[in-house]
Amino acid sequence: MKKTIAIVLAAVLILAAFSACSAGSKTAAAAASGGQASNGSAAALSGSVSTNGSTSMEKVIGVLQEQFMNDNPNVKVTYDATGSGTGIEAVTNGTCDIGLASRKLKDTETGLTATTIALDGIAIIVNGDSRLSDISLDQIANVFTGKVKNWSELGGDDLEIACIGREAGSGTRDGFESITGTADACVLSQELTSTGAVIEAVKNSKNAIGYASLSAVEGQDGIKILTVGGVECSEQTVLDGTYTIQRPFNLVTKDGAALSPAAQAFFDYATSSAASDLIRQAGAVPTSHAKS
Amino acid sequence: MSHHLSPKRRLRDNLLKVLLYTCAALTCCLLMIIIGAILWRGLGNLSWKLLTSQTSYLADTIGIFPNILNTLYIILVSMIIALPVGVGAAIYLTEYAVNAKFVRLVEFATETLTGIPSIIFGLVGMLLFIQILGLKQGILAGGLTLVVMVLPTVIRTTQESLKTVPTAFREGALALGSGKWHMVRTVVLPNAMDGIITGSILSIGRIVGESAALLFTAGFGLVLNGFFESLQSSSATLTVALYIYASERGETGVAFSIACILLILTFLLNLAANQAGRRLMRKGQ
Amino acid sequence: MQHPRESGDVCQQGGSQMIRKRALENGMKALFLICGIVSVAFVLLISIYLILAGLPAIRQIGLVKFLFGTRWAATASDPSYGILPFILTSVYGTAGAVVLGVPLGILTAVFLAKVAPPKFAGVLHTAVELLAGIPSVVYGLVGMILLVPSIQKIFSLSSGACLLAAIIVLAIMILPPIVNVSETALRAVPKEYEEASLALGATKMETWFRVSLQAAKSGIAAAVVMGIGRAIGEAMAIIMVSGNVANMPSLTKSVRFLTTAIASEMSYASYGSLQRQALFSIGLVLFLFIMLLNAFLNLIIKRGGKEP
Repeated sequence: MKKTIAIVLAAVLILAAFSACSAGSKTAAAAASGGQASNGSAAALSGSVSTNGSTSMEKVIGVLQEQFMNDNPNVKVTYDATGSGTGIEAVTNGTCDIGLASRKLKDTETGLTATTIALDGIAIIVNGDSRLSDISLDQIANVFTGKVKNWSELGGDDLEIACIGREAGSGTRDGFESITGTADACVLSQELTSTGAVIEAVKNSKNAIGYASLSAVEGQDGIKILTVGGVECSEQTVLDGTYTIQRPFNLVTKDGAALSPAAQAFFDYATSSAASDLIRQAGAVPTSHAKS
Repeated sequence: MSHHLSPKRRLRDNLLKVLLYTCAALTCCLLMIIIGAILWRGLGNLSWKLLTSQTSYLADTIGIFPNILNTLYIILVSMIIALPVGVGAAIYLTEYAVNAKFVRLVEFATETLTGIPSIIFGLVGMLLFIQILGLKQGILAGGLTLVVMVLPTVIRTTQESLKTVPTAFREGALALGSGKWHMVRTVVLPNAMDGIITGSILSIGRIVGESAALLFTAGFGLVLNGFFESLQSSSATLTVALYIYASERGETGVAFSIACILLILTFLLNLAANQAGRRLMRKGQ
Repeated sequence: MQHPRESGDVCQQGGSQMIRKRALENGMKALFLICGIVSVAFVLLISIYLILAGLPAIRQIGLVKFLFGTRWAATASDPSYGILPFILTSVYGTAGAVVLGVPLGILTAVFLAKVAPPKFAGVLHTAVELLAGIPSVVYGLVGMILLVPSIQKIFSLSSGACLLAAIIVLAIMILPPIVNVSETALRAVPKEYEEASLALGATKMETWFRVSLQAAKSGIAAAVVMGIGRAIGEAMAIIMVSGNVANMPSLTKSVRFLTTAIASEMSYASYGSLQRQALFSIGLVLFLFIMLLNAFLNLIIKRGGKEP
């Protein structure tokens, strides 16, 4: 009896494994037929494209990756959300094809080319119950460096301020800190490792203030997006630059090393105007429509 | 029959009684809250769609089918390696080893392995399999890391069940001219099978529940892969997916549904292990 | 082993068969030996690689500054790599969890083994076994959704993710295994001990606490050691409830443990950087810490057992 159970269990496992082999390609094909119409550029591309880097770019890369795989069923695009710093590292080492960075390249990061595919506003968010609706850049700096400790100093309720930020390697944090001038000076009550985690933490706490990619906060309830110096964080204001807290979404490639055909095709797709709608759908501002 | 207790003793007695009942009630409450929260928040979100599709950005839906498959894959990879090696080591320790020091060394080694936290396995696994051996993040690297983690369990349970086979069986076979391997294969192993299966179920339980060791070895990927593809591509198992959906994506409904599935899985595994254990005990008598 | 030999032909066949058989026997023996060596090899490998990976950073930062430095800022422009906050947090966190969880667990085990009516005990036992087996991330999830907001409300904090939350989650996590093992140990106490005690006039309570618990001492000690080991090695459950800021530990502040320090920074520490090597060093410190702790606890248990 025990032997039969063991054999059955093993058989189930092996069956599942091999059925999934075909299921993998079947699902992609089914999605292709049920999904949006392909662009007709269905040359028989095959291979894999590995992207690695920023967690803020998750939604943007997610939609591009999915649509590209629907159009080209034999290509597998993978995305590892490890943070902008690691993504740049990975593409330098050659462990991934395209690195994703939600910030400009640093001077020390040489031998790489960054191609901006979108601009992303960093929204300043507070809990949905907060009385605050506007904040100035200086006030942001004071809050995050700990000079202002209580919401009442800004016209809110008498609650201690809890600053929720990102981990040290985050491109979002880098962008936020460089524009608000708070680099190395932030006093955070929580350091979380992703955009989603920050949003969740702010949702759950009346005292919280945090920063997160606009593409991720749009449409979320339980949080309020503050206007900065009277300027609302939206696609338009990010595009024309009036909303200052923004950073580029970059595809980073290594100089002098040619991309594989599949990777090059994905790169071209992501930078083409065909991808603009998808990028907008993901909440970022496509730069093929932006002034240079 | 009444005891004549001094008031001090009676007071202490009653206090202890109250303490016992309070503790038990507290534990009960905690257990009920946890199981209740998981079931209440998770069952509602469980749907056929969740279980059989993969996460799509375009359609803005979430599906955990890839994660279920990844968990099955990693069980397969780990057990295929850990079971033979573990059973083999246990056989050597009980049937062949003459050097008592060696036996004690191996037993010390397995005991040490059980005490090491899983994040260190993950760290060393990443170091060894990904940085040095050059594997990519995926089920293979994750599975190999888990092999090291469950090996002690397999060895120990196999050893114990081998020990329950009466020496008379062994001596009888040897007296009839059988070689040692022949004896082990035909007499000892079949009788120890129940214990080996119990050990396997325990190991599978540990594999299903592991997360810290897999973060950096098997990765965070949520894409559907076939078995051989997943070996070398970043694949999140159910537990890692729970972590991702809960803390990085903020999808607590999905996270609770995964918790539900894990709860049910653990329950079934416990049931199976108990059954196998009971049969083992009956055999031993 | 004497084999009856009959005609010469059979003898010849018997001879080659014997050689094949012996080769198979020796082969299998060698195979099994290799399997045994493999497990020893793994422990050696883990130790060696941890040491190799962990030493460089310690050498560069300096052992004293590393172990006793109070500021961890790995990516600041003026980096500092002191892990004292992590060490202290791990120590306090584990101690807190043990103080809360062990008494509760042992007393519940006494209840289960001695007081509870059989059917109720059976149900409770199944529930405890179930919770002993579920993955730790599930505890983290429940803690994140139920415990953290409650702590925030009760203590009027700006954020409920703190050391206290981690301690409570750890205590609840080690509760089921402690209850399980202690209950088994208590049930294994021979009835004669208890009956003798009762016959001598002790009440049930006195019997259980003075006799049964004493008799089950080694099993319960094993349960406690296991609980401590589990608490100090936990990463996933507490990463979701403890806030992850590298502060010196205080009950209501956001903290980082040795384990969560590794987990939170590993994914973005760049290859070959001092930060990454420092994380391996944290792993080494944790490993040595646990080895020492286990050795220490085992010594205490052995000495406790020797007392008459």
